[in-house]
Amino acid sequence: MTDIAPRELPLQELAEVVIRFAGDSGDGMQLTGDQFTSISAALGNDLATLPEFPAEIRAPQGTLAGVSAFQVRISDFAITTPGDAPTVLVAMNPAALKAQLHNVVQGGAIILNSDAFTERNLEKAGYESNPLEDGSLDGYRSYPVAMSQITRDAVAVHGVKPRDAERSKNFFALGLISWMYTRPVEPTIEFISAKFRGRDQVIKANEAAFQAGYNFGETAELFESHYEIKPAPLPSGEYTNVTGNTALAWGCVAAGQLARLPIFLGSYPITPASDILHDLSALKHFGVRTFQAEDEIAAAASAVGAAFGGALAFTTTSGPGVALKGETLGLAVSLELPMVVIDIQRGGPSTGLPTKPEQADLMMAMYGRHSESPMPIVAPRSPADCFDAAIEACRIALRYRTPVMLLSDGYLATSSEPWLLPDIDSLPDIGVDFQRGFNGTNEDGEGIFLPYLRDPETLARPWAIPGTPDLMHRVGGIEKEDETGNISYDPENHQKMVGLRAAKIDAIEVPDTEVAGDTDASFCILGWGSTWGAIDATVARLQEAGHKVAHVHLRNLNPMPKDLGEVLAGFEKIICPEMNDGQLVNLIRAKFLLDVKAVNKMNGVPFTTGEIEAAALAAIEAP
Amino acid sequence: MTDTPMRTKPADWATDQEVRWCPGCGDYSILTAMRMLMPELDVERENTVFISGIGCAARFPYYMNTYGMHGIHGRAPAIATGLAMARPDLDIWVVGGDGDMMSIGGNHLIHALRRNVNIKILLFNNMIYGLTKGQFSPTSEVGKVTKSSPMGSLDAPFNPVSVALGAEASFVARTHDMDREHMMEMFRRAHAHKGASIVEVFQNCNVFNDGAWEGITKKQNRNANLISLEHGKPIRFGADDELGVIIDNGVAKVASIADVGEAAVLVHDEGKTDPSTAFMLSRLARGPFEPTPVGVFRAVDRIEYATSSTSQLAMAHNEKGSGDLKSLLRSRGTWQV
Repeated sequence: MTDIAPRELPLQELAEVVIRFAGDSGDGMQLTGDQFTSISAALGNDLATLPEFPAEIRAPQGTLAGVSAFQVRISDFAITTPGDAPTVLVAMNPAALKAQLHNVVQGGAIILNSDAFTERNLEKAGYESNPLEDGSLDGYRSYPVAMSQITRDAVAVHGVKPRDAERSKNFFALGLISWMYTRPVEPTIEFISAKFRGRDQVIKANEAAFQAGYNFGETAELFESHYEIKPAPLPSGEYTNVTGNTALAWGCVAAGQLARLPIFLGSYPITPASDILHDLSALKHFGVRTFQAEDEIAAAASAVGAAFGGALAFTTTSGPGVALKGETLGLAVSLELPMVVIDIQRGGPSTGLPTKPEQADLMMAMYGRHSESPMPIVAPRSPADCFDAAIEACRIALRYRTPVMLLSDGYLATSSEPWLLPDIDSLPDIGVDFQRGFNGTNEDGEGIFLPYLRDPETLARPWAIPGTPDLMHRVGGIEKEDETGNISYDPENHQKMVGLRAAKIDAIEVPDTEVAGDTDASFCILGWGSTWGAIDATVARLQEAGHKVAHVHLRNLNPMPKDLGEVLAGFEKIICPEMNDGQLVNLIRAKFLLDVKAVNKMNGVPFTTGEIEAAALAAIEAP
Repeated sequence: MTDTPMRTKPADWATDQEVRWCPGCGDYSILTAMRMLMPELDVERENTVFISGIGCAARFPYYMNTYGMHGIHGRAPAIATGLAMARPDLDIWVVGGDGDMMSIGGNHLIHALRRNVNIKILLFNNMIYGLTKGQFSPTSEVGKVTKSSPMGSLDAPFNPVSVALGAEASFVARTHDMDREHMMEMFRRAHAHKGASIVEVFQNCNVFNDGAWEGITKKQNRNANLISLEHGKPIRFGADDELGVIIDNGVAKVASIADVGEAAVLVHDEGKTDPSTAFMLSRLARGPFEPTPVGVFRAVDRIEYATSSTSQLAMAHNEKGSGDLKSLLRSRGTWQV
């Protein structure tokens, strides 16, 4: 695995480890975590990640507000969450230790950059005494390492100035952790060369720091053993590691190919959705046109224009952006044109917690427009699932000629998991035909085009795009007459059109409810979106403890599966963990009159398995 | 224009929808000018699209037998931008009033202009909100007494031509609803321009702001107050062309040619890269009671937005080949299990 012979230390086998890298937001913790994840993925471990960063680009150095962290869990068995609590914390400064220590399991390992524990840094982090000396770390295994000094010494031979040398210390930490978990050296060396191509001194410095970290682990008599985590028995095939936002971008591109339509994205940058705009902007060779609009409204409006012209149109945003797009979505509902709105939910209201996840836009997706303007809603459950969810959202949009809301969140957006790559040829054909000719006749028997004559099966109207001879027609936000699409203020017609728009969405074909876990259980955990991993892990734990438990996870939230009411009515007790104040619970209660118990969390951090397990046990044991 | 007979007649460009503007509205003459112009442009109805926002003017698409969209208030330039990017092959017109374009949609208008999206924007300026029944608009004069400003409006008005020039517009023109030939000429020029073009049309709202433009557009006032800009010609007007526009200390002014001499009269150059002179001309009149220029203020070549977008797509295609989904999914490294 590596060309450096390990020191004669016991090699201990572990089933899993949860490591959290934490440092200043300028310390490169995301990069370090990402790279450790990549090497582990290539070794065949299962893994899940949880990046956590402040909204500020560079919060004041050394302060709690500036701490950026990256948690990765690697295992030799299949996992669905990044772990409840880290067993290893790498803390690059006192602020990182202070912000993260409470998360670490008792007895966990704390690897520290001891050079950073200066009086000034301790003060900035709000420590009154040095935690390395005052007993704060009792109950943990702490490993103070002079990372700054050793890194400076290691890179000095390459002529790097001491101040610049500090920048390489994250690679020292990565080297050390790579040694601890017997990760190979070569992939990181290759990564450094590729990442910093053209900056030879930086490459040399980072390589030297990385090697120094690796060698330090091997030679310093600090660690009692190092560890091995065997590959996980995942289904065989080709894997890649993917974040939710990248999977969404790729899903959009795939949907374009599956529908044989050019892709248009109108977007205004907003955290945590901007990466989709970045990814798609780099895929112009797929015929993807991206438009960075002047505001959220123009982003949505441009998508409506592109859809009218026959493109597969998207707009990407987060909650506050959806609020701004609301009026335009009303128009899209009225025009009955296909488009997909991707909402990467974040904590709110208003600016709220821009980099933290929440699931509190469900009601807005469902009802957050003026008047009766129903929109289908699709929610992915894991980072890799974002790919399929994007295709599903496009399928519905195209087949039923409707705007669709895709609800992801900040957790799915930035975290990653191994993804067994799909066979492209097995993906569904979601193509639809444009209207090419007349679809009606006038009283003189001449062919005419009726832009609102519906397909009897789907209730979708024809999609006739500009450039098609004879089918010139006008659409608009004013209520239109059934079939002809002409302006109509007729009361009966309006009643009919409201009904037709609702009936079309209600009748969308979606897969039946899937019950995971024990299908014959009397207790069920109901969820949607990113809570899937934690619920799935909870179900496994409860089953191990001898409980029977079912798991229903909704991907289609509007319309819901046709059999959902019936399936849920079969359980005696249902709990529903959501990162909101009970929005799905309210929808389920209103629709099916079922007493679903809400389990809510809104602190910007995803549910842990332990939290859901506790709520489940309480519900199971309740009379 | 050629001698070959036109393939369509103005009536072919009309829909069967009843036109529902108030009788006597200036919009009728604009609609007629547009329908008369279309056969001459030798374009296909199916390749022509009218996009509008909300307001009286915004009903325009319903009356043109082309593709059309009556959108939402102010957003027409943004909708049209998406369409123009997705379909650079189309001929796209945007129609709106002063409320639609200068107020709620001001942001979209300036951005469409600076990007130079290939759309032709017609701004019907009647200096009043018509469809909402008579409130002051962003082009109304200060002190305008309306239902929402019983003691007079407080807001300084926009000058649409100045705004457009400030927003980097590559084609800016002005015309009025009392002169069909002039309207047709301005629309023709706007159509011929590659990129964003904007034409302000002085339009009479005979219900809520009747006669607002009379001071300059009424036949008997035109000699004194309407200045026709013609490229390459000295800017002269008056019953006997006795008046001219001069630049005095960086400001455009009206002067008697007898006083300043022929040589002092500004020769109009619509193709000037620098928009300063055009801007000075746009500031000549303080309101519709003083000599006011109409015609093409500015017409310069600048790369059109969708063309640039298309060439980036072609460049990416040349560099990376045709996008392959299989390789995309493998672009961040893979491993076998």
